Amino acid sequence: MARRAKGASEINAGSMADIAFLLLIFFLVTTTMDVDTGLARKLPPMPDEDIQQDDSQILAKNIYVVLVNSSDQLLVEGELMDISQLRAGARAFINNNGRDPELSDNPQKAIISLQNDRGTSYDMYIQVQNELAAAYHELRDARSLNKYGMKFNDLAKDKQKEIRKEYPQKISEAEPKNIGGE
Amino acid sequence: MRETTIMVKQSMPDATEIKKLEKKSLVSYIYIGAPVERMQGTYGTKARIQLNDAFATVDDIAQFITTERAARDEKEVPFMTTSIKADKDTRMGIVTDVKQELRKANALKLNYSTRKRVVQE
Repeated sequence: MARRAKGASEINAGSMADIAFLLLIFFLVTTTMDVDTGLARKLPPMPDEDIQQDDSQILAKNIYVVLVNSSDQLLVEGELMDISQLRAGARAFINNNGRDPELSDNPQKAIISLQNDRGTSYDMYIQVQNELAAAYHELRDARSLNKYGMKFNDLAKDKQKEIRKEYPQKISEAEPKNIGGE
Repeated sequence: MRETTIMVKQSMPDATEIKKLEKKSLVSYIYIGAPVERMQGTYGTKARIQLNDAFATVDDIAQFITTERAARDEKEVPFMTTSIKADKDTRMGIVTDVKQELRKANALKLNYSTRKRVVQE
């Protein structure tokens, strides 16, 4: 009795910090933070109905035709190709500079034409886009290392623009076919 | 942190040439994929488009873009980006339809949402 009279008995709060810490960890783990990364692309504006674009000026050798069918197979310039070879293939095409008469005249003229089927999987489409973007990225990196001794991403804005002008990323997407069905 | 409840499957493809999306306030999201399992009873298993908190069709995209634009300052409109968050098993048909609508709406800045690929060497 004498003991109790001393005052309200204290709650053992020693583990309070542990519990708070545990809760903190729990919410840290369960909260999803959206990681927003992705391939940046620009869509072409809708064509003007009055102006008929004339594509016949472009030589066939300056176009690198990439087709993807509904079972995710690649046909590049008329030949079956594995996705792992696409990057090297595109690089050789863009940076040909007239060496091989079948490939592009120079990087400014090189156009990559991409056509997929409506049944192509989105995953495959992204892989193809990624490989093509990587091909351009590698070429730009090589050029800027050569010219400025720095990687493309580390260059100043105006220098990046210059390199971009030398290696313009021209990827044209044709309206998809619907052969394989969706 | 997430602001919308995502009702479609979202397993992102991965890529190496990725860029971080900057200025999230200027990004509008279009989710594409098959409905998540608990919704498949009502909505089936075919890939669908989700805008904000509801399922939508391709025809709703133009309206969606207009609403998104109206919510922003006029000066910021040219910097607005549309992020397509599609499931990797989606077929390209529906994605193409969305892209075509975006072209019509003149929302040309696009971002295909992907995860960063871990490169093994």
